[in-house]
Amino acid sequence: MTIPKERHVLVIFPHPDDEAFGVSGTITTHIQQGTPVTYACLTLGEMGRNLGNPPFATRESLPAIRKKELLASAEAMGLTDLRMMGLRDKTLEFEDDEKMVRMMEELIEETNPSLIITFYPDFAVHPDHEATARAVVRAVRRMEDRPKLHCVAFANNTLGVLGEPDIVYDIKPVREHKMNSMKAHISQTAWMLEEMEHKLQNGDTETENWLTLERFYAYRWDQDFE
Amino acid sequence: MELVEVNQLQAAIDSFVGKDVYLHLETTNGSYASHFNEGFFNAGAFIRNVVINFELGKVVGDSPHRVGLKLPHGWVYAQGITHFEIDEEGRLLLAGHDGSGKLAVALQLSKTPFSY
Repeated sequence: MTIPKERHVLVIFPHPDDEAFGVSGTITTHIQQGTPVTYACLTLGEMGRNLGNPPFATRESLPAIRKKELLASAEAMGLTDLRMMGLRDKTLEFEDDEKMVRMMEELIEETNPSLIITFYPDFAVHPDHEATARAVVRAVRRMEDRPKLHCVAFANNTLGVLGEPDIVYDIKPVREHKMNSMKAHISQTAWMLEEMEHKLQNGDTETENWLTLERFYAYRWDQDFE
Repeated sequence: MELVEVNQLQAAIDSFVGKDVYLHLETTNGSYASHFNEGFFNAGAFIRNVVINFELGKVVGDSPHRVGLKLPHGWVYAQGITHFEIDEEGRLLLAGHDGSGKLAVALQLSKTPFSY
């Protein structure tokens, strides 16, 4: 599938590095096609567990490190409109639900996107992913003229319940940008990248596919999550 | 952070005795624990910027250590502490990292509030 030109793409995820794994190739492609992209990252991943052994960071120094990594990832993708929304990692589901919806509404009103990318509610595994997905879906549901809503789903039951992804983009042409986006988040990805390089060297096609195909589900309004 | 040196850590804990101090206490298995291991019972707790005033604090055992604080009307303790640091703001940061470097527990004391 080729990636169509959009008026504006709004990407909303809770953690620095969420964009890297799932959608950095798609973001890069949109930017290279001249589509403006806004990435709203709701937290700085303050509660990340990867602090190294021996440790390279503390609970208190981690946010500044991850902020730098997020900026580096944006640079790797060519992204210039990065919003850091100032919420705290692992607390999103406990925020006032309406406040979360309003935050999404304000981002949508300002950027007027033709496409929004976030997680798929109930298939997003991490409580922050789920809270983000719920807030985005609620905000879009209330709109008269809804933009396209493409969702990332990776819960273990995704394939069984949602089936194959509706949208699969081959992002091989920007593979290096995706690698660089993942490498930018080195405090969180070092171990994984090492393992991945090893698999790629051994010609593991599953890993290569994981790296070059990005998968989305168009949100199913006829099977709304609530 | 450095591996816990018991005498140094004990002295650091002692320096907070009898003062109003801000507490950060956290235990975690990570939010993906039951994703990678279905059926895993994921439990943890988190408290940040609650003021306590303790009268006795002790670090006990070989690494991973236990650290307990006795309050006039209660207790705070953490187990699994492996590393410690007094940061540039004079805050006492204790952490327990598992074999792969992942944080499993944190106990932190500060005379000023931690960030948000």
